[in-house]
Amino acid sequence: MNNIKKSIVNKLVKDSSKSSFRTNISIDEFKKGIDESIIKLISEKKNEPPFMLEFRLEAFKKWKKIIEPSWAAISYPKINYQNIRYYSSPKNFYKNNQIDEKLIKTFKKLGISLEEKKTNSNLAMDIVFDSVSLTTTFKYDLAKTGIIFCSISEAIIKYPDLIKKYLGSVVPSGDNFFTALNSAIFTDGSFCYIPKNIVCPFDLSTYFRINDEESGQFERTLIIAEENSSLNYLEGCTAPKYDTNQLHAAIVELVALDNAFIKYSTVQNWYAGNEEGNGGIFNFVTKRGLCAGKNSRISWTQIETGSAITWKYPSCILSGFSSIGEFYSVAITNKYQQSDTGTKMFHLASRTKSTIISKGISLKNSKNTYRGLVKITENAKKSRNFSQCDSLLFGNNSAANTFPYIIVDNSTSKVEHEASTSKIGDDQLFYLAQRGLNEEEAINLIVGGFCKEVFLNLPLEFSIEANKLLNLKLEGAIG
Amino acid sequence: MLEIKNLNASIQEKNILNGLNLKIGEGEIHAIMGTNGSGKSTFSKILAGHPSYKISEGEIFFEKKNITEETPEKRSHMGIFIGFQYPVEIPGLTNEEFLRTTYNAKRKYENLSPVNPIEFFDLIKPKLEITGLNYDFLSRNVNEGFSGGEKKKNEILQMHILNPKLSVLDEIDSGLDIDALKNISTGIRDFIKNKKSLILITHYNRLLDYIKPNFVHIMYKGKIIKSGDSSLALDIENQGYNWLNPD
Repeated sequence: MNNIKKSIVNKLVKDSSKSSFRTNISIDEFKKGIDESIIKLISEKKNEPPFMLEFRLEAFKKWKKIIEPSWAAISYPKINYQNIRYYSSPKNFYKNNQIDEKLIKTFKKLGISLEEKKTNSNLAMDIVFDSVSLTTTFKYDLAKTGIIFCSISEAIIKYPDLIKKYLGSVVPSGDNFFTALNSAIFTDGSFCYIPKNIVCPFDLSTYFRINDEESGQFERTLIIAEENSSLNYLEGCTAPKYDTNQLHAAIVELVALDNAFIKYSTVQNWYAGNEEGNGGIFNFVTKRGLCAGKNSRISWTQIETGSAITWKYPSCILSGFSSIGEFYSVAITNKYQQSDTGTKMFHLASRTKSTIISKGISLKNSKNTYRGLVKITENAKKSRNFSQCDSLLFGNNSAANTFPYIIVDNSTSKVEHEASTSKIGDDQLFYLAQRGLNEEEAINLIVGGFCKEVFLNLPLEFSIEANKLLNLKLEGAIG
Repeated sequence: MLEIKNLNASIQEKNILNGLNLKIGEGEIHAIMGTNGSGKSTFSKILAGHPSYKISEGEIFFEKKNITEETPEKRSHMGIFIGFQYPVEIPGLTNEEFLRTTYNAKRKYENLSPVNPIEFFDLIKPKLEITGLNYDFLSRNVNEGFSGGEKKKNEILQMHILNPKLSVLDEIDSGLDIDALKNISTGIRDFIKNKKSLILITHYNRLLDYIKPNFVHIMYKGKIIKSGDSSLALDIENQGYNWLNPD
């Protein structure tokens, strides 16, 4: 097994006490608030070409006109967008070809080595710390095959044609309130381009770390898989504990051309707030993949365990003939967490297929909602969808909702939907107790079984570690 | 081995056991019979420490230790096994993982290191044969979609793996065809060879033809109203319960 990968996830999933520390480093930051001058400053700071500034300013105009969505089953205090810092970066973190020692130590503590020489892994990482990408490992090795893997800021300067063509092509800036905000203000993120006929030899990964208490993180990821290429992408996130809430509003765009396959897996363990429901990350994320080519396939797998608020619907637009969209999700909420997550599958071309497997687990006072849309258009003849949404409840104060929307506009397609809600039964617990398992061990087994279908879709190392993460999250679930 | 003294237990103010006394020695086979609702099944749950039942009076001793207040898992580790009449299903959890986890939990209690899946496979192979189960059984989910016979066989298999000192088998013979009954009887007989104590809770003599009890007890309204040797079971079979004039 690949040790570094294992340790990354291991560290990712460790209890928040391990990832909840703050790095004290001198920072370069902008004043709080958002206006055109801040946007210009960011664009300038990053030496962006003029088209990018235009893109941002146009998005900002749209943002001012769009209202914040309120349809999700979540409630949170009104966010003051002028009280957020939109740019915060460690100062001079890169000197004499060396990353600042403090940052190296920070990531070491999180189980991540920034020095590729010291790893023998086949995982290449882009590391985003607050508003900037610190480094991208194995960039040069990958370049030999024609693969581009770098920060989005670098891509904007070096590959403007690709950026112009694809940025905002799947998630337009005006898509919703948070995408408009992100498009105006995004500070960094990852860019990845897999050329024709290349099976990416490394797993690519982004690790997001929010450090600053007052800043939000607004990154965006753009992945393009050319014809006959394939890619395995992993994403992980952690943040320190603060009593205040931090905003994370990201965009992920995927484009798969003919016969291309993108597998995108996320283990999200942002700080979730304390026992009383104070603090934690507000996670408003728009992720969307475009299966543009025939037989292309995009597969989203997410293990959502953190954040005070999760608002996230990784989706697929199936516009290529016979293309495939998949969504596998485990969302676990504890304490006062609220999660409204699911997917949208847009079937635009014929013989397209989509699969949705969603498992929600609610503990204590938390609220867990699945919200999904399957839309099969008139042109998407002979298309198929299978959806399964299961909820598992613990205790008497937790809540689970399922809102599946299904629209089918032709008569040759087939849609199946299964849903269940269950409580962990006393019978099950007693049965396992009689076989010598204590409550915690019993719950771990029951929940592990409940989530198995999704875990099987994670990369192997992730699936083992995801189980451990769940077990940690379930500690003290009852009583 | 087991001594139960004047056990009184209730659930939601309803009395289930009313002064139950029972003594079971090492290597003994006891059968408990009785009409429906006499408290037989509940007795096995209370013996296992089911948290829903309240013990108001009396004590349970296992190997001379008072276990009246012990948790179910501790009782299990000490060597008490219940074969349930209606084993529950656990979706998504494979039998292999379930059996191995319970086996390792017991090893942990005995300060032994856990076995890995490969070691466990070697260990479980002969036990599958004894209980008449195939290998593919291991990759199926716990009791999910099992036939009645398979569920009962699974209980016997678990008994073999956990190797308890005292087993209580609650209507292990109900809903079985004759082949399954033979299989299960073989599994039980093979197990009790090694001086194991056994309580069979049953309605019928069928099972007792295969496994001859040393003692037969008749339970009524939460206590034992008559005890005897195996001939008592025959009397019940021939005459029913009324001749005992329980009230």
